[in-house]
Amino acid sequence: MASRTFHIWRAEAGEEGGFQEYSTDITEGMVVLDAVHQIQAESAGDLAVRWNCKAGKCGSCSAEVNGNPRLMCMTRMSDLPEDQPVTIEPMRAFPLLRDLVTDVSWNFEVKKAIRKFKPRPPDAEDGTWRMDQRDVDRVQEFRKCIECFLCQDVCHVLRDSQKHDEFIGPRFFVHTAALEMHPLDTEDRLADLRKAQGVGYCNITKCCTKVCPEHITITDNAIIPLKERVVDRFYDPVRNLFRIISGR
Amino acid sequence: MKTAEHDVLVIGAGGAGLRAAIEASAAGVSVGLVTKSLLGKAHTVMAEGGIAAALANVDERDDWKTHFADTMRGGQYVNNPTMAELHAREAPARVRELEAWGAVFDRTPDQRILQRNFGGHKYPRLAHVGDRTGLEMIRTLQDHGIHLGIDVQMECTVTRLLTDGNRVIGAFAYEREQGRFRLFRASSVVLATGGIGRAFRITSNSWEYTGDGHALAYEAGADLIDMEYVQFHPTGMVWPPSVRGILVTEGVRGEGGVLRNSEGRRFMFDDIPDLYRTQTADDEEEGWRYTQGDKEARRPPELLTRDHVARCIVREIREGRGSPHGGVFLDIAWIRERLKDSESHIRRKLPSMYHQFMELAGIDITKEPMEVGPTTHYVMGGVRVDGETQMSAVDGLFAAGECAGGLHGANRLGGNSLSDLLVFGKRAGEHAARFARANPRSAPDGAEREQVAAAEQDALAPLERQEAGGSGVGAYQIQSELQDLMQTRVGIVRNQEEIEEGLEGVLALRDRADSVAASGNRAYNPGWHTALDLPNLLLVSEAVARTAAERKESRGAHFREDYPAKSERWGKTTLVVRKGSGGGMELAEEAVTSPRDDLLRIIEENR
Repeated sequence: MASRTFHIWRAEAGEEGGFQEYSTDITEGMVVLDAVHQIQAESAGDLAVRWNCKAGKCGSCSAEVNGNPRLMCMTRMSDLPEDQPVTIEPMRAFPLLRDLVTDVSWNFEVKKAIRKFKPRPPDAEDGTWRMDQRDVDRVQEFRKCIECFLCQDVCHVLRDSQKHDEFIGPRFFVHTAALEMHPLDTEDRLADLRKAQGVGYCNITKCCTKVCPEHITITDNAIIPLKERVVDRFYDPVRNLFRIISGR
Repeated sequence: MKTAEHDVLVIGAGGAGLRAAIEASAAGVSVGLVTKSLLGKAHTVMAEGGIAAALANVDERDDWKTHFADTMRGGQYVNNPTMAELHAREAPARVRELEAWGAVFDRTPDQRILQRNFGGHKYPRLAHVGDRTGLEMIRTLQDHGIHLGIDVQMECTVTRLLTDGNRVIGAFAYEREQGRFRLFRASSVVLATGGIGRAFRITSNSWEYTGDGHALAYEAGADLIDMEYVQFHPTGMVWPPSVRGILVTEGVRGEGGVLRNSEGRRFMFDDIPDLYRTQTADDEEEGWRYTQGDKEARRPPELLTRDHVARCIVREIREGRGSPHGGVFLDIAWIRERLKDSESHIRRKLPSMYHQFMELAGIDITKEPMEVGPTTHYVMGGVRVDGETQMSAVDGLFAAGECAGGLHGANRLGGNSLSDLLVFGKRAGEHAARFARANPRSAPDGAEREQVAAAEQDALAPLERQEAGGSGVGAYQIQSELQDLMQTRVGIVRNQEEIEEGLEGVLALRDRADSVAASGNRAYNPGWHTALDLPNLLLVSEAVARTAAERKESRGAHFREDYPAKSERWGKTTLVVRKGSGGGMELAEEAVTSPRDDLLRIIEENR
C-alpha cells in the first residue's frame, strides 16, 4: 500500500478557489473516484463530487484528471504517473457549483430544443417495424453515448469561444445524427443544424472524439455526415440556382 | 420555501418513474418529477441483459402464459399472481412502445426485435441492445419525456412524505445544489425510488440505492412485504478490490459462458433443483446447443435462477474450490472451440463487459476467463400495492418498480426488472392521474405546516450538531459499519444467531446515527447528504433483518443454513412490516394470495 498525493480543486460557486493537497493510501486496482471517496471519508467530508454507478455507465463523474477530461470511475490510479501529485479539477467549460461539481443544466435545455423522433407509419399490421441490423448498427454507435459531456468540455467552440447560444456541441450533434440516421425517422433537422445549432462552427479538430469514453467516432461518423447533408441542401450551386429561379 | 403544486408527483426518474410520469402526463394532468441525480443517470442505466417480454420473435412457442409461469416458478410461488399475470400480458406492448419512441433494439434476421436467453426463462425472451439495454431504455424514456411538459427537478432529494390522515398530500425535499428546501404539494404521489443495495458492502448498486421509497412509504403508514428476499446476483466482479461488486451481466451465460471452479469443473451440473430438473440440459453438449438456439435442447445449468447459481458459487468458494481472489471462473473465451470468429462475436454481443474488464481489471474476456462472485443486486421486497393500480395502503400513494413488492416473489428472474418498470410504471402513472382527478388535494392546513417544520428540523440537525461542538460521528463511518454488518450477518447464507447479531448491530447503529454530524455548509455537501440517507438505510436494514430472522425456511433468495429446506407453512405466509402505533417496527404474518383457478391451471400446464 502506497500513499499518494492529490491536488483537488476546492471552491464554492462564485469563488476564486484553488487546489488543496490531500493524501491517501492507494491499493491495487483503485480508480480516481475511489481515491476521492476515500479522501471524503477520511479528511474532507464535504468535498463535492458527482457520481452514480462507478462502472462507466452513467457518465456522472466527469472531471479533468492531470488536465485530461476523464471519467473518474474509469481512470485507474496505476495508469497515472507515480512521481507527481494527481490533480483533479472540475470540467472547465461549465459553471462551477462546488469543488468538482459543475452546472451542466445547459445541456438538458439544448436537448429539449432538438426536434424529437418522428417515426414513419408501422410496417406491419400489428403496429411494428422492420429494420435490418446493418442499418441499426450505425445508429447504435451514437446511442452508446452516456451523456458525460466530456466532449462538450473539450470543444473549443464552447470552452474557449463560449458559443453556447449558437452552437449545440458534439454531444448534440451525435444525438441529432442518431435521429437523422434512424431508419424510421421522418423529421427534417437540417435547417436547424445550419442556423440555430451552428454545425458550421465545428472545424473538425476531433478533440471530442479523442476524449469520448464510449469510443464514439464523433467527428467522422456524426458531425461530418451532418455537415455534408447541410452543404448538399443549402450550398449546392445547382440547388441554389434552382432556389433563386423558383423563389423557394 | 419554494413550493410547487402538481396533480401527480413522481419521486425517482429511473425506468419506472419516467414511465409513470409519461403516462400521467399523457392523461392530461400536471406532473412533477423529482430525482436525486441528473436525468438519465438513475440506476436503470446500469441494466445490461435485456427486457423480458413474450414477443415470440425468436421462438414462436413463447406466450404470456409461459412467461407468467416462469415468473411464478422463479419466485417460488409466493409472488402476487395478479401482478405476475399483468406483467406477462402487458410487457410485449410496453417493449413495442419503446420502439415507437425511438429505441433501437438488436434485430433478428427477419428484421424484428431480437431476443436472447436468460436464467429461468424457458424461451429466448429478452429484447436487448448488446449489453447496454438499460441505457437504451432510460434514454428513450428520457428523450420522449422531455417533450411532454413534465416539470423535472434534478438533484433533489425527498426526505419526508406529507400526509393528512391516511392521505398523501405532498413531499418535503432538499436541493443538492444549494441545500435549499422544497415543498411539493400533490394530489397523488408515485414512489419509484429503486432499491436498498447500499445497505450491503458488496453491491452492484449506485449510491442512490438507500431505500428511500421503502422508508418514505413506511413512515407514511404503508406496508412493506417480502423484505427478507434480497437478491444476490451470482456474477459480480471480485478483482481488483475496488471494483468488487460491479455487475457482470447474465448475458455472458446467455451467450454460452460457463462457470468453472479451480479444478476446471462445471460445478453447476452437480446440483440441479427438482423444480427445474426436466428443463435443464443433461450434458455440456446440450447446454451449448441451447445457447445457440437449438429448440430441441434444454438450458445449461448456468442459466438456472440467480438465487440457486449464487448459492452454488458460495459453496464452491467455501469448500476451497474458488478462484485466486475468492470467486469462481466465468469463461466465455472457451467458445472459440465452437465458433470461428469468437473474439469479434464476444465483442459484438458483450461490448461493455469487454470494456469493463479490459479497463478496470486488465483482462481480455475474449481470451481468458473472468473471476466472479455474488453481489447484492436487487430487493424483491417493497411497498405493498394493489396489483392493478399500484396504490399502497395510503390513499393517493403509489409505488412502482423495485421499491414496490409482490411481482417477483422470493426471487426475480433476470430481465423481469426492466419489464416491471415499464408495465407497472405505466399503471402507476395512469392510476395516480386518475386518483388525482377524482380526489383533488384540499387546501393546506396546520398539519402540513407542522410536518414541514419537523422535516426541516430533522434535515438541519446533522449540520447543527457539528456547529454545536463537532463531537458527533460521521455519516460515512456509520454507513460503512452498516454495510459490513449486513454483508456478514444478513447476507447470502443466513442463520438465526448471525441475523440476530445483525439486528442488534443495526439498532445500535441507529442510536449512534441519532448523533451523526456533518461538517461544512448546505451547498452540495455529500457528508450532509449521506447523513440524511442514513435513517432510510437503517430502516430497511432493520426490516430485512427482522423478516429474515422470522422466516424459518429457505426459499428463493432467502437461504437459511439452519433451515435449509422449504416449509409448507412458510410457503403460505407473507411477512408484512409496518410502523406500529408505538412507533416501533411491527411484523405481521398474512396468507399468500392464491392465484385464480385459470392461472393455477397455467402453472400446472407449465410444470
